[in-house]
Amino acid sequence: MENILNIFVKSIFIDNMIFAYFLGMCSYLAVSKTVKTSLGLGLAVTFVELITVPVNYLISKYLLAPGALAWLSPSLADVDLSFLTFIMFIAIIASIVQLVEMIVEKYAPALYNSLGIFLPLIAVNCAIMGASLFMQERAFANVAEAAVYGLGSGIGWLLAIVAIAAIRERIKYSHIPAPLRGLGIAFIITGIMAISFMSFMGIKL
Amino acid sequence: MSIFSSTTWEAFTRPLGKDNPVTTQILGICSALAVTVQLKPAIVMAISVTAVCACSNIVISLLRKYIPTSIRIIVQLVVVASLVIIVDQILKAFAYDVSKQLSVYVGLIITNCILMGRLEAFAMSNSPLDSFMDGLGNGFGYGKILIIVAFLRELFGSGNLFGLQVIPQSFYEVGYMNNGMMIQPPMALIIVGCIIWFIRARHEEMQEK
Repeated sequence: MENILNIFVKSIFIDNMIFAYFLGMCSYLAVSKTVKTSLGLGLAVTFVELITVPVNYLISKYLLAPGALAWLSPSLADVDLSFLTFIMFIAIIASIVQLVEMIVEKYAPALYNSLGIFLPLIAVNCAIMGASLFMQERAFANVAEAAVYGLGSGIGWLLAIVAIAAIRERIKYSHIPAPLRGLGIAFIITGIMAISFMSFMGIKL
Repeated sequence: MSIFSSTTWEAFTRPLGKDNPVTTQILGICSALAVTVQLKPAIVMAISVTAVCACSNIVISLLRKYIPTSIRIIVQLVVVASLVIIVDQILKAFAYDVSKQLSVYVGLIITNCILMGRLEAFAMSNSPLDSFMDGLGNGFGYGKILIIVAFLRELFGSGNLFGLQVIPQSFYEVGYMNNGMMIQPPMALIIVGCIIWFIRARHEEMQEK
């Protein structure tokens, strides 16, 4: 239990997808113009991560890892399919994103319209693929830990995008040098936010 | 350049100059920031992305008339993922240290927005040769930014270039210190912000209102 809580807090604050690994920066910069849309996208990303990370965990553990097929028959014990990891993960992610897209279109058409092209592009959001790859690298002990990691890193991403959207809504009224307006200042603000997130380093529950 | 028509040549040079994928089109930033602590992994990453981008552009451009539009994203992902697997296996075989340093970011080439962006915007509607040059140009444009950022971070962060010390020892003796902040993630963001600032100050038409 402690371990799970630790993974959760760590994945939100210390290993934050945006501030520590720069994953999902493209949609982070492009969609963060209003708080409302960024909240919607953040929730969609969190949801997709919560599903894809444990599913990919099971796939990697029971199908792809070296010797993972031993449960089928002992003769398959030395089969190593780990080179298929990337293609398998991206296929799972793309199909789950398709599912989420259909659900959002049916139940929240307003959100669907405001997200526009970025909803199908969640499939190529590096934060989601990144969460699955980090999950594999960290070798979690069971599927619950993987799910909590997925949830935590999704929430971390959500926090980051909502925070920058709120700042960008306000900053429209300030006098920024013309060449820095928009993108330039967004990068520098993210840098400063990342510095403040560094203060969480070393927290352990 | 007589063998190339002018559009082919333009497909190559545009992303190198004003239409840079990272600073103008805002694509592929994720990996651009994470691998730039040192020059060596940055250059390996730039070469890998260029290779995958150019090859996937050719493949998709050759297939473009046969791909049904409704499943094109999946087809593109499969092509890119297969190429990335090849790159990953090559790196593991011939440059194991660098491949360890790049860790998950090799796999993340699949989700690099430059690739999907160029496939959607260019390869789906242009000839294979043009697409190849476009992929090459975008790869180099991406590499250019990567190398600038990595150069600054390695030089000021650890006083090295390619792992060799370039700042003379006598500087350290009179009190010069490496800027430890440069190695940390936040500085990468701030450096890219400053590069965009610099570019937009020179090209006024690119400024946002």
